[in-house]
Amino acid sequence: MTKLIIIMLSAVFINNYVLSRFLGICPFLGVSKKLGSAAGMSIAVIFVMLMATAATYPIEKYLLEPNGLKYLQTIVFILVIAALVQLVEIVMKKYTPALHHSLGVYLPLITTNCAVLGVTILNIDEGYTFIEAMVNSLGSGLGFFLAMVMFSGVRSTIEGSDIPESFKGLPITLVAAAITSLSFLGFGGVIENLFA
Amino acid sequence: MKTLNNFSKGIIKENPVLVLVLGTCPTLATSTSVLNALGMGAAATCVLVFSNILISALRNVIPDKVRIPCYIVLIAGLVTAVQMLVKAYAPELNESLGIYLPLIVVNCIILGRAEMYASKNNVFDSAVDGFGMGIGFTLALFLMAAIRETFGHGTFCGMEIPVLKNNNISIMTMAPGGFFVFGLLIAAVNKFSKHKPKKNSFGCEGCPQFAVCAKSELSSCNDAAEEDE
Repeated sequence: MTKLIIIMLSAVFINNYVLSRFLGICPFLGVSKKLGSAAGMSIAVIFVMLMATAATYPIEKYLLEPNGLKYLQTIVFILVIAALVQLVEIVMKKYTPALHHSLGVYLPLITTNCAVLGVTILNIDEGYTFIEAMVNSLGSGLGFFLAMVMFSGVRSTIEGSDIPESFKGLPITLVAAAITSLSFLGFGGVIENLFA
Repeated sequence: MKTLNNFSKGIIKENPVLVLVLGTCPTLATSTSVLNALGMGAAATCVLVFSNILISALRNVIPDKVRIPCYIVLIAGLVTAVQMLVKAYAPELNESLGIYLPLIVVNCIILGRAEMYASKNNVFDSAVDGFGMGIGFTLALFLMAAIRETFGHGTFCGMEIPVLKNNNISIMTMAPGGFFVFGLLIAAVNKFSKHKPKKNSFGCEGCPQFAVCAKSELSSCNDAAEEDE
């Protein structure tokens, strides 16, 4: 149990996907302008990450590994994720139109989000069990959510400030991201010591 | 002349990293040391050239409706090949690039070029375009890595730099330093390119699905996404 908590907390805070592993930077910079869309995107990401792990982990363990097909990992995973996202979108549209209306627009954007492919590959590389892998995916998704929501707050403050001409737009956003990421460095070592 | 222009646009005018702001994840993550950056650049360039050649050669065969999955399969195959080569001949590089090597599949530069260029042009032009873009990507990575490694570790390609070695700013090689240096570089590009930064400079271009997103024809996919809510 302690191990699960450690995996969860380190995925959210220490190895935050966006701020320390640099995965999923594109949506982090692109969709974080407004709180609503930032939250919507992140919830869709959490959902897809869990689904993707649940789908790819058994494929890796029961199909690719016993047959010595590990080298097909990249191809298989990206196809599974792409198909899964399509499937989720179709099912959502049919059965939960309300949910589709609020999350649906973000789903196609997620297929090639490197955070999703990243989490599925990392789960295998780290040698997690299925439960640990699911917890790690949830934690990574929540970490993404936290970073997105925090950063949309930071960005709304930037909007109103006086910025040098050449820093307008992306550069100042990146500098702000640097400072946000700096705050996450403070979590380093905290969780290991908490349970030591 | 046309070929030369085609090649050089990827390096300066349409540099995929510093001007189009694509492929930010590998740029930030692998630019901690010059050797890593060059390795990543070489791997991505390799995939980019071959994916452009293949996609351009198959552009009349691939049905329009399923083109994106087809491109992804082709690219994933090439990435797997590159991954195996790196594992066999440069195991250290494989170790230091880690997860970012298979993640070349979702590098938006590659899918973006496939969609925007290779699917519309002949094989030779596509190869040149891919090579130019790859060199542009590598150069941008090299530039970032040179700054981060010099100040962060006090070394360059592993060679020590006398004064900086003992006065290194280690935050430069950590995550915040990556964002910071990237921000400064783009600001410098904005300054010297003399045209005003686009208002929506990272609305769509910054999004990995810029090329495939149905909303990319609209002025901003973010705004469109928000309107849909």
